[in-house]
Amino acid sequence: MRTPFPFSAIVGQEEMKRALLIAAIEPRIGGVMVFGDRGTGKSTAVRALAALLPPMKVVAGSRYNADPRARDNYPDAQELRHAKAVEAPVPMVDLPLGATEDRVVGSLDLERALATGEKRFEPGLLAKANRGFLYIDEVNLLEDHLVDLLLDVAASGENLVEREGLSVRHPARFILVGSGNPEEGELRPQLLDRFGLSVDVKTPTDLGERVEIVRRCDRFDREPDQFAADYAEAEAATVAALAKARERLPKVGVADAMLELGSRLCQAVGADGLRGELTLLRAARATAALAGKKSVHPHHIAEVATLALRHRLRRNVLDDTGSAVRITRAVDELIPR
Amino acid sequence: MNAADLDIFGQMGYETSASMGRANGPLNQGEFHEKTDFCDLWDADSARWQLALLAIDLLVAAPQGLGGILLRARSGPVRDAWEAALVQALRCRRLQASADGDALDGGLDLTATLASGRPVRRDGLLADAAGGALVVPMAERLSPGVAARLAAAADAGGPALILFDEGDGDEGVTAALAGRLAMHVDLGAVRLPMADLLAEHPIGHSGDGRDPAALSCGGEKLDPGLRRDDRGGSLVDDDAAATLTATALALGIEVVTAPLQALRVARAHARVNGRTMLTSADLEAAAALVLGPRATRIPGNDAPPPPDEPPPPPPETDDGDDDREPDHDDLNAQTEILLEAAQTALPPGLLEALAAGQVRRQPTRGSGAGAKLRSQSHGRPAGVRAGTPGRGARLALIDTIKAAAPWQRLRQADPTGRLSIRRDDLRIRRYVARTQTTTVFAVDASGSAAIARLAEAKGAVELLLAQAYVKRSEVALVVFRGEAAEVLLPPTRSLARAKRSLAELAGGGGTPLAAGIDLAGAVAVREAARGRTPLVVVLTDGRANVDAAGRDPQEAALVSARGFAAAGLKSVFIDCGKRPRPEAAAIAHAMAARYVALPRLDARAVVAAVEAMG
Repeated sequence: MRTPFPFSAIVGQEEMKRALLIAAIEPRIGGVMVFGDRGTGKSTAVRALAALLPPMKVVAGSRYNADPRARDNYPDAQELRHAKAVEAPVPMVDLPLGATEDRVVGSLDLERALATGEKRFEPGLLAKANRGFLYIDEVNLLEDHLVDLLLDVAASGENLVEREGLSVRHPARFILVGSGNPEEGELRPQLLDRFGLSVDVKTPTDLGERVEIVRRCDRFDREPDQFAADYAEAEAATVAALAKARERLPKVGVADAMLELGSRLCQAVGADGLRGELTLLRAARATAALAGKKSVHPHHIAEVATLALRHRLRRNVLDDTGSAVRITRAVDELIPR
Repeated sequence: MNAADLDIFGQMGYETSASMGRANGPLNQGEFHEKTDFCDLWDADSARWQLALLAIDLLVAAPQGLGGILLRARSGPVRDAWEAALVQALRCRRLQASADGDALDGGLDLTATLASGRPVRRDGLLADAAGGALVVPMAERLSPGVAARLAAAADAGGPALILFDEGDGDEGVTAALAGRLAMHVDLGAVRLPMADLLAEHPIGHSGDGRDPAALSCGGEKLDPGLRRDDRGGSLVDDDAAATLTATALALGIEVVTAPLQALRVARAHARVNGRTMLTSADLEAAAALVLGPRATRIPGNDAPPPPDEPPPPPPETDDGDDDREPDHDDLNAQTEILLEAAQTALPPGLLEALAAGQVRRQPTRGSGAGAKLRSQSHGRPAGVRAGTPGRGARLALIDTIKAAAPWQRLRQADPTGRLSIRRDDLRIRRYVARTQTTTVFAVDASGSAAIARLAEAKGAVELLLAQAYVKRSEVALVVFRGEAAEVLLPPTRSLARAKRSLAELAGGGGTPLAAGIDLAGAVAVREAARGRTPLVVVLTDGRANVDAAGRDPQEAALVSARGFAAAGLKSVFIDCGKRPRPEAAAIAHAMAARYVALPRLDARAVVAAVEAMG
């Protein structure tokens, strides 16, 4: 496999990197939606992050990335009863736009059915992405029914296939990362709401920054290993911070005052539903964990407010004020610096 | 961003039929009109031709990382000649127009499998073409799924892709795919010397040792930077990234991957010429192949610059590891040279568009091409029918087996108990995709009443778009005033785009009603061809008073209205004159439109009228 571009070598795009880190620390956050132009390093960042995560234990030969500690939950438990647990990299699966439903959820193994008459389930991309990342570029162009299905599975953590006389159920827990360009059609609000965090990435306009991007990519092109070695230290630091944060996360306390603050903030900006509030607090907690704190502070909430709420504001067709601006205003009012 | 995006959506694709022919001719670039001297003409053509051949050389030298070549040209002798040169240099496979995902990735060979009773796989084209090139004709018609697969293959270092983009106007290769191919070449307007084409002697390809230019004239006058040459030029390796990035910004190219691809092309060019360090000649070639075709503006052009002026280049040293930024003047001088090189490859039509002060829009890509196939492969399942899988249709396995079951005894099923399935048993699944509508507003922006009318029309478009989330419908806006009609907002579902377009809308002038109806009809027909259901909403007082062809305006409007009706399009005619007049009703009748008089136009009433049709 090609060496992936180092996460810490990505120039700028701090908000996107932070959102991805939060999602990696707290998978329950429900995925990240990245809005932005092409060529802003969206997929590079996701791939880099997946490569950064420590390898996970899987049952050898499992087509579902089965967790050795819970192998009974998987349909292949019987045949792999004696299989060893091995280490495997965290999967990062691309879902192409033209993918059919069969390809995504899995289907009857056609070859076997035709050739030997055996009815066997052929796992789809959801099984492949289990315990890893599922990346969908241009999610706004994906067929509606596929998006519904994906979000459904992402929320329940389980893929249930009942078709062509098959009935298969397998765990499918993954961090959903979608990207899209709002100029090419928007997502329905009820779908947007299901993504935990949302990020707006912009093409950098500063010449210096752009030159730096081109330089780094050029070097990576020509001497990938040397380049990766240069960033090894920074990468190791991120890995360590991630691991620590994951460990610390359950112990990070959220005081009642913080719960109230989150709720007041959501009210102030008019974010619909409880989901926003919950995501806000989870993200704040992950941020606190990443910063090595024992409890959530108001500034942690302030830091993630835009990420967690931007896509949940009720849209006023005739009001152009950006969501981010409205949130920043509310944050400034409620949380004095 | 790629050159296809630059074609003015409204101007090329949606022009009324009267002026359509003009845009397609090879001589639609202003620069060629003025030049009568043939050798000069060859010069310009020859430069582009050499550039196209150079692209092949570079691809051969560095198949990885460049992605491939996007060649914009209709099928014809010039493209054939180029393809012949390509085939000489690289092993090529061709993607058939009917290909689906299976053709790319391989899959089960159904007939052979059924015949032999064991799985027989066949290789996909991507595997077949590995190490060579995959040629994709009619790339603008690729279905989104195949385009996405090709883009993924390009990312994963698959075969080089050669896309032939034959689209004009609003059609083009999806931006996501086009952006992955480093080199873009336009041979659309290029003529080769007839004598050479007639003689059928291989048109010179610099890669195989023949005379680099078999063209009979013009070869000598080429910009030396664009030809394969040993001219070293100054070494520029350290500044190459900065120079190319600055050049890209000056040409209005936003995507950061463009200068990066340019740098890769420059390195390939250096390698072809046996150098390890970059020289100015390498950068010039890269500018012409990568940056020029992606340009969205021309630096130093007198036309008013677009509002998004790039920041003045402050080569500020950030925390980067090496800080050898070139000093200002040096960088600018190099950028100037590159800009000149890039000018040879500007997308056709860019100059004219800038001169006309038109705002460029990216065509909405996505589910456009191939949308009609949906009923076979996408959407909700809707039963099964007999048929052969392939070409987007998928096998319904259980139903196939069910169909085969009753015949097993007659077919003397073999003792192993294996099913005997024949071609007649095959069943495929059917799907229905929800019908998606496109509402095309044709708004009269003439005269004094325009301001109020326009404001309400804008409101109606925005309200409809707000609902479009749920219904997946799209909205387009055609405006007619003064002398002509134009597509202000191509079919879109995007609120962001709609707002920007609507802000540009101004009123005043005469009422070219015929032109408005024609254009709205053309847009609607095109939408129907995309597999959508168009609904045209005309907002006018019906008082036509201008006709570009000099006919009686009212009469012309009636003629257009009858033509509209003949196309079988569904429409609503909203009469927003202060006093509804019989002329308006007559036009509505001729259009076979539902006639609604709304003397007090307001956005919600318009939406209600539209929804009554849905």
